[in-house]
Amino acid sequence: MKNPRPPLFLARQNYRRRRMMDAARLLPILGIFLFLLPILWRTAETPEPDTAWGGLYIFSVWLLLILAAFVLARVLSRSEKAGGAPDPAKNGAGPD
Amino acid sequence: MVPFNILVAVCLAYVCVLFLVAFAAERRAEKGHIGWLRSPLVYTLSLSIYCTAWTFYGAVGYAARSGLEFVTIYLGPTLVLIGWWWVLRKLVRIGRAQRVTSIADLISARYGKSNVLGVIVTLISVVAATPYIALQLQSVTLSFGVFASGTPEGWALPDQGATALWVAAGLTLFTILFGTRNLDANERHHGVVMAIALEAVVKLVALLAVGIFTVWGVAGGFGDVMARIEASPIADWPLKPGRWIGLTFISAAAILTLPRMFQVMVVENSDERHLATASWAFPLYLLAMSLFVLPIAVVGLETLPLGANPDLFVLTLPLAEGQGKLAMLAFLGGFSSATSMVIVAAIALATMVSNHIVTPLWLSLRRGGARAPGDVRGLVLMSRRLSIAGILALGYGYYSMSGGGAALAAIGLISFVGVAQILPALLGGIFWRGGTGAGAALGLGTGFLVWLYTLYLPSFGTGGLLSASLLAEGPWGIGWLRPQALLGISTLDPLLHAIFWSMALNTAAYVAGSLATFPRPLERMQGVAFVNVFSHDTPAHGWSRGGAEAEDLLAMSQGILGAEEAQLFFQREAEAQGKAGFLPETTPNFIEKLERRLAGAVGAATAHAMIAQFAVGAVVSAQDLMAVASEAQQILEYSTQLEAKSEELARTARQLGEANDKLTELSVQKDAFLSQISHELRTPMTSIRAFSEILMDPELPGEMQQKYAGIIQTEAIRLTGLLDDLLDLSVLENRKVQLNIKVANLHDLINRAVQSASNTRPERSFTLHRDLPSEHMPVIADTDRLVQVFINLISNARKYCDAVRPELTISVRQRRGRITVDFIDNGTGIPRKAQTLIFEKFARLSDTARAGGAGLGLAICREIMANLGGSIAYLPGQGGAAFRVSLPVKPKAEAAEDAARSSRWIARDNTNS
Repeated sequence: MKNPRPPLFLARQNYRRRRMMDAARLLPILGIFLFLLPILWRTAETPEPDTAWGGLYIFSVWLLLILAAFVLARVLSRSEKAGGAPDPAKNGAGPD
Repeated sequence: MVPFNILVAVCLAYVCVLFLVAFAAERRAEKGHIGWLRSPLVYTLSLSIYCTAWTFYGAVGYAARSGLEFVTIYLGPTLVLIGWWWVLRKLVRIGRAQRVTSIADLISARYGKSNVLGVIVTLISVVAATPYIALQLQSVTLSFGVFASGTPEGWALPDQGATALWVAAGLTLFTILFGTRNLDANERHHGVVMAIALEAVVKLVALLAVGIFTVWGVAGGFGDVMARIEASPIADWPLKPGRWIGLTFISAAAILTLPRMFQVMVVENSDERHLATASWAFPLYLLAMSLFVLPIAVVGLETLPLGANPDLFVLTLPLAEGQGKLAMLAFLGGFSSATSMVIVAAIALATMVSNHIVTPLWLSLRRGGARAPGDVRGLVLMSRRLSIAGILALGYGYYSMSGGGAALAAIGLISFVGVAQILPALLGGIFWRGGTGAGAALGLGTGFLVWLYTLYLPSFGTGGLLSASLLAEGPWGIGWLRPQALLGISTLDPLLHAIFWSMALNTAAYVAGSLATFPRPLERMQGVAFVNVFSHDTPAHGWSRGGAEAEDLLAMSQGILGAEEAQLFFQREAEAQGKAGFLPETTPNFIEKLERRLAGAVGAATAHAMIAQFAVGAVVSAQDLMAVASEAQQILEYSTQLEAKSEELARTARQLGEANDKLTELSVQKDAFLSQISHELRTPMTSIRAFSEILMDPELPGEMQQKYAGIIQTEAIRLTGLLDDLLDLSVLENRKVQLNIKVANLHDLINRAVQSASNTRPERSFTLHRDLPSEHMPVIADTDRLVQVFINLISNARKYCDAVRPELTISVRQRRGRITVDFIDNGTGIPRKAQTLIFEKFARLSDTARAGGAGLGLAICREIMANLGGSIAYLPGQGGAAFRVSLPVKPKAEAAEDAARSSRWIARDNTNS
């Protein structure tokens, strides 16, 4: 089924698709980074109360990640549906 | 205040709605209207069983005790879901490719279909899930208590045990009804999934309603809530890095390894694309579930009297504010969370217990009869039902033993750490080809024991299962073996300590074991199939060659999949190979497919063991693997087209070979027939000639003339009969026959046939088995022709069935737009070699004298059925000669039109009379 030697360079939309896959892989790593960031705040040692604003931060990051996942899921499943065929919408999006 | 009786009534009504929804979903699915039953939305909502009563009630309690830390339980799953491209996508693909039935099955299948691993994982899961189920029962009982006592604080119900018992019994009933409808765990439980999707909506709406009421009804909106948080006892956020990381990690691990999550995420998944939707929609659900937790906790701490149980703030806060209806909604939310978790957990665990413990045990106990195991299907279903009851009984037992108490969150986390022990073997299994079964067993065993020792047993409290002195000083006074401070590490809290040591030792044992041992060939093969699941080039088969008797395999599969499913599967496979009938060539490819199919019902290990009994010596060896590897190298050099072509060629060759065999045999038979038909024609002709010569004698007396003319007539009739048959056949073959299509009751047609056939060998006593009620269905066909086919089959059975007490079973079924009528006798059946020939013209198995016909009967039957748009086939593996007549419920084209007209006539007749 597979071509013995995969091509070294890809067409534009295949290239985009690969990068979207990379983004999907990187998103949880970004998530881990953002969720663990509060550890560095050393909230236990600061005198002012942090729960309210900390909660706001956590929920904002959470929502941000969900939005990013939503966009990625849409893009990935659309390009999966299109398969190898050229996607006219994408071709029109910018100069080659 | 809601009266307790009304609460019970509402609760029962809600349960009825759940039953109805599940029932309606099953009905829709049965009729084939799957549609939205399999939408991404339903899939996402079904994942929400992650949010149990622990979330619904416990999260607020957790927040009231430790502030923001509660979110870690939802951050872990969020990270796993948005990172679906890494792990979940692969898990779901593997689950579908291998027809995985549970997480124990996945681990067992990956490491060479070893049942030992299946047993270990099942054990871990059951031990870890028991307290969790107890926790659900406890939360329902507690929430009932809140209403029963009349005051928000006193939640002690005099008969708490009874409530828990009723809930457990109701859940058992529901789960058995809708969770064990079909054996193939890989088929979807539409009813259950729909019910838990509904429950997901109820619990979300309930928690949001309470949250909105708290923020805008009790407090003065967003700004006010922020101010109240700042002023509350949990205003400061003493973030402990260890717990923050550890809890996030353990909840991420749990969503992958919890048997119930695996069940809804992988086993019940019907479309991989749903995962893309769930990747953002499920985190959104979690976010919505936890959005109001902190406000509810803070407002509850502020307004409710000191000492109120924070685990019940979701209920007691609306009650204290006089919002009875809202409290009722909250109660239903909590009830939903508890029940949906218990239902799915029980199904998942019961599948594991029956597939990995009960069935293998039963098969090995009856070693002698294992080759023909009989009705495994009934056994597995029954064991699944009993397991469900057993698991709920365990949960109830734990509940009444522990007597409730203990903060909800603590029990949940202990359970999480337990199932997380599966993680190293799971991730290693899908990403690392080097992982071996021995390594996995070592890792799982180590992790399980460490978890038991450091967390599970101490959780029963000092003086519970571990003595106080052992906890404080270690076993035999060895300080560095203290359960909660291994190697003297006493700086971590007990939970973190357990996570740290169990995961570290587990992973180390898994890796070391894998590096040190050498995998069996089957393990290496499964390793490739799992790790490289996305690349299509996995040429290896688990079977080096075929060789098993297809008929034996069919008989065995019928016991597991059910007769109809198995026959359909075999027929399709035979068709794909270009063969007619029910018996495909037992190529390695076919055996592999069959094994997968069986694995979907009884798990990979059992399926493999069962097939191995028939294909002795065909299990793949190390040499075979090497051969496959070098072959694969060569195949790479050919183009795909060539491969496809050779496949096509092989199929054609097989067809040609089969046709050639048939031709050769037919030609021999034709020769034999020609000489015999000449003989048959010549005998009457000779006597006609002889007697007509005598008749020419004018002096013959009158009565002699009469007698001889009579003989001539009988002989001529015999001759005409033979020629009629031949003519009939040729008309049928050319499809020029005039069909007289009518609507009739199948039951009447069979009656007619049985009556007419009864004068064949009338001296033999012959037992008929019929299921009369099932026979009543309308058929649209040329009824006389159809009866002719039935007569032929019944009289064949009467003639040839060689049993001492001959019996014939006639069974009628209607499936997928076709009516099938099976005629099964209890004789020796037809030898494999002859099965393809019997429908040919002039074919005869025994000598002429016994048969007493020209061998045209079955050939005519076949042509009649072809003319009626149906078919007739020999059904192997039924323990006797068996024929299946099948015809469409609605015939096509002009035939249907005629029939429709005549059915209107019948309708009119009926109304007139």
